[in-house]
Amino acid sequence: MKAVNVVKRFTCDELVELITAYLDDALDQPEREGVQVHLAACAGCGRHFEQFRATIDALGDPLPEKLPTDVRDRLMSAFRERHRP
Amino acid sequence: MGSFAGGGLPPDDVVVTALRAGDEAMFATLLDTWSGGMLRVARSYVSTDHSAEEVVQDTWLAVIGGIDGFEGRSSVKTWVYRILVNTAKKRGVRESRTLPWSAFEQDGVPVTEFGTGDGWKEAAAVWPSPEGEALASEVRRLIAEALGRLPPRQRIVITLRDVEGCTSDEVCEILEISAANQRVLLHRARTTVRGRLAGYFESVKQPE
Repeated sequence: MKAVNVVKRFTCDELVELITAYLDDALDQPEREGVQVHLAACAGCGRHFEQFRATIDALGDPLPEKLPTDVRDRLMSAFRERHRP
Repeated sequence: MGSFAGGGLPPDDVVVTALRAGDEAMFATLLDTWSGGMLRVARSYVSTDHSAEEVVQDTWLAVIGGIDGFEGRSSVKTWVYRILVNTAKKRGVRESRTLPWSAFEQDGVPVTEFGTGDGWKEAAAVWPSPEGEALASEVRRLIAEALGRLPPRQRIVITLRDVEGCTSDEVCEILEISAANQRVLLHRARTTVRGRLAGYFESVKQPE
């Protein structure tokens, strides 16, 4: 097999713009491997990437929210009303 | 993650059949599972808690009225969220807080760490894990504030994706935008929120 180097090389500037696409698996293979190679070798980008992921985790942990009871009651009545025989 | 994963709800056909048959327990379950996330999404479009509650209420009323005509071309959740977004948009227009959905490229300049494009100005720090309650609640407060300052379309996309846990496909379907646009908006929003958190973590690690 021919050893072709299909890993794309990215600068730090380019890399940080690709993180969301990388996490969404929206990159082609040379790009994906290029991101992995860069992240493994560059401490600054590696930490930035971890912070990016930590941000996404934190976003997914919001304070619980609830409809006020009177609104909920009104909606339950509306549903009941609609299906009254 | 938010409620979009379904949180133990039965499959859509079961949900739809139950709603059409007037199953109150099923309606109550949907109401309690989805309304919190719907409030957060509504808040991206309207300016007050009261308006957001009305948007969610009107959405559920439309769902009650429309479930018989639901054709199953999308998931129930996507259908409900599309009604929500349309209801919220109309309400936002009435409040003159219109979203320039056509002006896609005016969504703010991406935030970057690089002054000249030749690398990190300084090494990014390792963040403490938000284990303590105080830290977690401060992080939540900062995030809420950061979300509130985002350009509207970035805020909606990041709310649906990262707060509510929608997939990229679901967001594109709900907002009727392309995958590429969705990704650009999401990335800019995440970059801004990360920057806010980074600023906070840097400020708290300073010695007294």
